[in-house]
Amino acid sequence: MRAAALAMALIGSLGGQALAETLVATTSTNVVEISSNFSGTDIAVFGMIERDRATVSRAEPYKVAVQLFGPKETVMTRRKERRAGIWVNATSRVHADVPSFYVVLTTDPIADIATPETLKRFQVGLANLLLPQKIVGGIDVEGGNPEFREAFIRLKSQAGLYREVANKVEFLTPSLFRATIPIPANVPIGRYRVQIVLFQEGLSLAEHSSDLVISKTGFEQLIYDLAFSASLVYGLGTVILALVIGWIGSVVFRRD
Amino acid sequence: MQLYLPIAELSVNIFTIFGMGAAVGFLSGLLGVGGGFLLTPLLVFSGIPPAVAVSTVTSQIVASSASGTLAYWRRKSIDWKLAGFLVVAGSLGSVLGVQAFRYLRVKGQLDLVISLCYVVFLGGIGLLMLIESARALRAANANKPVEIKKPRHHGWIHGLPFKVRFHRSRLYISALPILALGLFIGFLGTLLGIGGGFIMVPALIYLLKVPTGVVIGTSLVQILVTMAVATVLQAATNHSVDVLLGLVLMVGGVIGAQFGAQVGSRLRGEHLRALLGILILAVGARFALDLVMAPSEPYSLWTIEQGNAP
Repeated sequence: MRAAALAMALIGSLGGQALAETLVATTSTNVVEISSNFSGTDIAVFGMIERDRATVSRAEPYKVAVQLFGPKETVMTRRKERRAGIWVNATSRVHADVPSFYVVLTTDPIADIATPETLKRFQVGLANLLLPQKIVGGIDVEGGNPEFREAFIRLKSQAGLYREVANKVEFLTPSLFRATIPIPANVPIGRYRVQIVLFQEGLSLAEHSSDLVISKTGFEQLIYDLAFSASLVYGLGTVILALVIGWIGSVVFRRD
Repeated sequence: MQLYLPIAELSVNIFTIFGMGAAVGFLSGLLGVGGGFLLTPLLVFSGIPPAVAVSTVTSQIVASSASGTLAYWRRKSIDWKLAGFLVVAGSLGSVLGVQAFRYLRVKGQLDLVISLCYVVFLGGIGLLMLIESARALRAANANKPVEIKKPRHHGWIHGLPFKVRFHRSRLYISALPILALGLFIGFLGTLLGIGGGFIMVPALIYLLKVPTGVVIGTSLVQILVTMAVATVLQAATNHSVDVLLGLVLMVGGVIGAQFGAQVGSRLRGEHLRALLGILILAVGARFALDLVMAPSEPYSLWTIEQGNAP
């Protein structure tokens, strides 16, 4: 009796995980170009849940998380402490290979989407984000000093670079959903990953990932390239520009 | 109208930045100072990364001091030989300043050193100017001629070797204090993103006894060249000069300075100096307050390495 129940459960979970739902998704664009009037933008994500005949009908509704991960970066978080009466940067921790940008949009409050283990596996939500901290002799993947982890997330959130938005993935039909990812003006450039995960009954059913490129374009790209690859020319050019403007000013407003 | 700054990597309102440039330009025209000590903190306060603010203001000072230098050149009130000595030492100071800037930035102590320097130099100079102009005002109100201290002979300065003759300034003094002054201002100006005129001018008058007629023009030449060197070096080593931000500030600054100069010509010198003293002191006090008060956010982030892929 017990063995039979176990077998049933096993078949059920296999069916749920491997065969049942598949996820098809697309973004409104896969290249975001930053031009001189760029002040942020939105990326629309559409997703469709496809079910085959073998799919078991379940009572619980689907839950979806749409996430955008920015290019990885290594960041030092510094803490000011009082030394000899003044506040100076005294202690620090380094977070290695963390996303420079992160947004998650979900159908429900994050804690209600799946089990804590599943949320952690897909890094859904700021609390479950993997932020490895460098420690003496290696890297602490499990988070390291919690105060620095918290401060890092807080500063990133204040800068608009880390965000979690609940209840912002909406179902248009029982199987078609839509989400709008907000991209702020100070977004870092580079390759991004859009990840969509479908959950039900606390577990993940399907996952879909795609790439997104955020890059400067035209004039902005030219200036940025010049500043880094031909920095001497760039510096001289800036000085010449300054001299010309100063000269024009002294000619236009000549008073003697 | 939003403008995306390619080096600062953020979007700013072009009119806000233009307004800041014009307002600081107005004050600098009014009071006869560069205004870097106001513009840099103002930009940092409005969200521009400190490194970008310091380097970009450097380029803005090139534009405003070029304008000023040309005006003084036409009036022939520049001691070119003295300026040459200051410029050579100043450029070397600028080279050292950029290295110090880079080192302190990596160590995470750049903001602290900038704040301390602002407190010490702005506080000190502001206080001196305020005391001096208060004395002058009181004397003027009492209808007494202003007591001018007889320039005492600085024994130690005149005892130094390597004496050089400066015809335009009618001076025969050692080159050493001139070079030291140029080096110091070049270093400090580059590190702090200021021209340093408010230190240079009193030093030339009181320490080296340069005639007031050529002081401002000569100091402008020194500022122009050291800031030009600093701009190129900041661009080459720290990649932190934002040319678009600089352009908006330059145009705003040059226009504002003209109106400031017009208003300034109608005000009394002692009033202007008192005003400048208060302004300098206020900025210094603001930095002092930030150093001693518990910060609302003790943490800060510093990107060590920026990747390209997730």
